[in-house]
Amino acid sequence: MSTASLDMLKLLLGVGGILVLASSVGYVLKRKLSPDGSNGAIENLNARIKAWWAMVILIAIAFVAGRVGVLLLFAFCSFAALREFITLINTRRGDHWAIAAAFFVVLPINYFLLWAEQYGIYSIFVPVYAFLLMPIVAVMRGDTRDFLLRISEVQWALMICVFCASHVPALLTLQIPGYEGRNVLLIAFLVIVVQSSDVLQYVWGKLFGKTKIAPTLSPSKTVEGFVGGVASATLIGASLWWITPFTPMQAALMSLIITLMGFFGGLVMSAIKRDRGVKDWGHLIEGHGGLIDRLDSVVFSAPIFFHLTRYWWSLT
Amino acid sequence: MIRDLTAKLASIAIMMFARALTAARAIWHETGLPPKQSIYFANHSSHGDFVLIWAVLPPWLRERTRPVAGAEYWLKSKLSAFIGRDVFDAVLIERDPEARTQDPVEQMTTVLNDGSSLILFPEGTRNQTEARMLPFKSGLYHLACKRPDVALVPVWINNLNRVMPKGEFVPIPLICTVTFGEPMRLKAQETKDEFIARAEAALLALSPSSTEDNA
Repeated sequence: MSTASLDMLKLLLGVGGILVLASSVGYVLKRKLSPDGSNGAIENLNARIKAWWAMVILIAIAFVAGRVGVLLLFAFCSFAALREFITLINTRRGDHWAIAAAFFVVLPINYFLLWAEQYGIYSIFVPVYAFLLMPIVAVMRGDTRDFLLRISEVQWALMICVFCASHVPALLTLQIPGYEGRNVLLIAFLVIVVQSSDVLQYVWGKLFGKTKIAPTLSPSKTVEGFVGGVASATLIGASLWWITPFTPMQAALMSLIITLMGFFGGLVMSAIKRDRGVKDWGHLIEGHGGLIDRLDSVVFSAPIFFHLTRYWWSLT
Repeated sequence: MIRDLTAKLASIAIMMFARALTAARAIWHETGLPPKQSIYFANHSSHGDFVLIWAVLPPWLRERTRPVAGAEYWLKSKLSAFIGRDVFDAVLIERDPEARTQDPVEQMTTVLNDGSSLILFPEGTRNQTEARMLPFKSGLYHLACKRPDVALVPVWINNLNRVMPKGEFVPIPLICTVTFGEPMRLKAQETKDEFIARAEAALLALSPSSTEDNA
């Protein structure tokens, strides 16, 4: 067994252990506080833990399947996220072809370029080619009402759901000396740090949360949750330095940046939800809401994490 | 035998495709699932409407649920006749009163008497106007008179018209919801106009409020 798979196995056992613990706590809480299923918070907690099991198993399968598995998983995430996003934006008949192109042309090409490891084209495909070609497709239909608004929203949807989200699997294309064959662990590092930050902010917030940090954007986020979550997720990230090309100090700094980007990304996506008058992006993940509700922090942290790592550690 | 198998496979494929495209989700009424035998009446804006209702119904309800559709549309070609008759087991009615050889209300009553449920679109045709709904035709009332014991369930299909607007042939993926209302029945001494107005109001009440609507 390669050291990469061995490390992956250790990580999975660790995450599995935490989930077993979470499920046991959830079970005890349910027995004590909500035996008839009437306590909404406890029921939601258990639904979330159950969904976590499903997500961890799905990611583990993708990791075992290798590069293609990871690309397919994130291509599906992009598809489902884009579907949630487009559902909420203002579209008119005239956008039909531009939106169809976003789903059936831009998204597949974006992931194909990652598969083909064509970083040069991949990195400008959505920001340059799609950026210029999409409004051309839309303008052909001749409908000018809300034109700028409509094309901007489709651009934003593509940048967030396809381009930014695909920076998670893009980590596989980095060539870091002495780290060959271990890139998948970078994905694990990013996902574990971001998601543990989200979960720990929720836990710290539930336990000690008093002061609302952004009442107009997200009534459930608190200063106590933010500080506790970011600090403890940074510690977790630092303690995972052995799966990364970083030193413990560097891993801590990276984790801090990841968690901060994730937090503010969550606020930005909340602002969009408030504006559109919805509580969740969708209903794909039981207890969590839509896929974007789970992915928002990853989307904002992945490109920054990718580029920091690429600039200082990668040869490509 | 092969025809049946193909039809079965085709129905599964069409439903999987509809689910992948729309992530269709049912929103049930607070009173729970509709009764086993029901007449579902829904707004109509797309050819995919009844596929979506079908896709969200649990299998034991779906099994005996047959859509009502226009014969002249579905019998146009061999393929559409196969899809209409074999795959969806549609009750094909002749919409043109001048040319019809069978009374649609009779046909639908016979199907109800067999114990099946029906999906029907009382607007009579796809709504391609800016209005949320077209006025109902009277078929629903006549059916309710024949079988007053069968529950009528309003069903609002949201967003499917954006998935594939008229004249487009590539669908775009968007999340759709299918909202089921409270089962209703014809009241004693209720006139046709009163009943139709009540049914229209019940269906319209399930549509998302205009503030949430994407123009």
